[in-house]
Amino acid sequence: MSLDIQFNLQRADFALHVDLSLPATGITAIFGPSGSGKTTLLRAIAGLEHIPGGEISFKGQAWQQDTTFTPTHMRSIAYVFQEPSLFAHLNVRQNLQYGLKRIGENQRRVSLDNAVALLDIEKLLERQAHTLSGGEQQRVAIARALAVSPELLLMDEPLSSLDNKLKEEILPYLESLHKELDIPILYVSHATDEVARLADTLVILKSGEILGAGPIQEMLTRLDLPLSHRKDAETLIHATVTSTDAEFDLTSMECDGQLFTVSGNTLAPGTRARLRIAAQDVSITLDKQTGTSIQNIFPATVIELQEEGNAQVMIKLQLGDNPLLARLTRKSVQELSITPGMQVYAQIKSVAVLA
Amino acid sequence: MMLSEADITALLLTLKLALVSTFILLLIGTPFAWWLAKSRWRYKFLLEALVALPLVLPPTVLGFYLLVLLGANGPLSTFGIAPVAFTFSGLVFGSVIYSMPFVIQPLHDAFLSIGKRPMEVAATLRASPWDRFFTIALPLARPGFITACVLGFAHTIGEFGVVLMIGGNIPGQTQVLSIAIYDHVESLDYTSAHWLSGGLIALSFLMLATVYATNKRFRIFRL
Repeated sequence: MSLDIQFNLQRADFALHVDLSLPATGITAIFGPSGSGKTTLLRAIAGLEHIPGGEISFKGQAWQQDTTFTPTHMRSIAYVFQEPSLFAHLNVRQNLQYGLKRIGENQRRVSLDNAVALLDIEKLLERQAHTLSGGEQQRVAIARALAVSPELLLMDEPLSSLDNKLKEEILPYLESLHKELDIPILYVSHATDEVARLADTLVILKSGEILGAGPIQEMLTRLDLPLSHRKDAETLIHATVTSTDAEFDLTSMECDGQLFTVSGNTLAPGTRARLRIAAQDVSITLDKQTGTSIQNIFPATVIELQEEGNAQVMIKLQLGDNPLLARLTRKSVQELSITPGMQVYAQIKSVAVLA
Repeated sequence: MMLSEADITALLLTLKLALVSTFILLLIGTPFAWWLAKSRWRYKFLLEALVALPLVLPPTVLGFYLLVLLGANGPLSTFGIAPVAFTFSGLVFGSVIYSMPFVIQPLHDAFLSIGKRPMEVAATLRASPWDRFFTIALPLARPGFITACVLGFAHTIGEFGVVLMIGGNIPGQTQVLSIAIYDHVESLDYTSAHWLSGGLIALSFLMLATVYATNKRFRIFRL
């Protein structure tokens, strides 16, 4: 835990109460609807917003405390804004060098070549910023941020100004950032699909209040939090490829003893990947079914039930070390008399692999 | 010879006055316009109105008070500051005040149109406030600077009333083009008046055309 933030902001039309201790590793997503205070939180961490009485410290350095206020340019961060915001009077290369030139040689952990290669922008270097497409501009903006070798990368909905096609173009770069550079990222988003793909830790914000903060699997499946009740409620499982089956185009993936069968066979054995299981695609049987077409059937324990209106019930199951959500009709729950503590079988109709 | 020696002296003096005044205006105007664009001081409008005064006042009013202020018995002389009325320095002083709005306004607009985002981006890329000002704000405000230079310069060349009041009409010291033209007309020397006036029209048109060409969004009437 090494990014600690504490402040209370009270404005006429807006309040934000934050008391957070976040890990300085991996990707932490700040998730919430627009107007919930996500951007204000990120700007306060960057020092772009001064919230009186707030306290912010990163890896033991106080960025804001009592009378201390470290100005933005003295914080070892980088920031990717919602719009690419490239400097219009500089070309792409000069944009990339702007931050790089301002840090000491000994602080350079990410080389310009590395950032350029990672974001695949070699061909754009001599172009003027305004001649690039939106997706290209945002890739340059991300590379420019990386080039200052930040100890913390702040990203404010970097994909929201882009259409779906461009999003799909940039998401893989963000994933590789995470894998190839050891820079913790704070990522503001209101899109569940981005969060499910990228985040390790999730902070859920609503109307200026933090509803929950913790590992993503837990945040997605806690029944007292809103994500587990969305139409597309889902469970994430981190699994490793054990074998592939070319004949049926299938891949076997393992997560603490459980073997999942997923379609496709492009991943090499040993690859770690996220499995996404929609709550809609999980059904429950009391006895292990035989003679079924469903490949993924696992013994599980019922942990908790919560009714969603009159028709549906969300059930949280424990499957080995992982929680698993299943959405059933209230009628079936009553007929099977499902109660917490029961041993059941979870049948998973479809499992998606997230890159 | 199309221009007499006296006319050439007046022309050179006018150009010198315009150059010096524009230079001083940029030095004063840049930080002031920046402050106007950034400040949220509630009484800022008072200063804006003060700077804009020369736009609406008859130049003779301005010239009259400058004469009183800078003259031999003016309040400044009681502080031991030498009177500058009827000298070149007096002309520069008057021109700077008279042309101030024409420099401040385009700079102010240019700084406003940059917005705060590029400066914030630069801050996240480790640039200190001074660094950001020189490497981001100034280059991005370039069209505004071109406009400010040309307008400040052209407007100083064209002034008459203020100059006449505080500069008088001393050839080689305070006699500028507009006054030389006036003299020619008074003495019914229309040929010389044509040469000077026609030249001034051509020069002014050229400078304004430069402004509009380099700054497509420029509107001279917006204040």
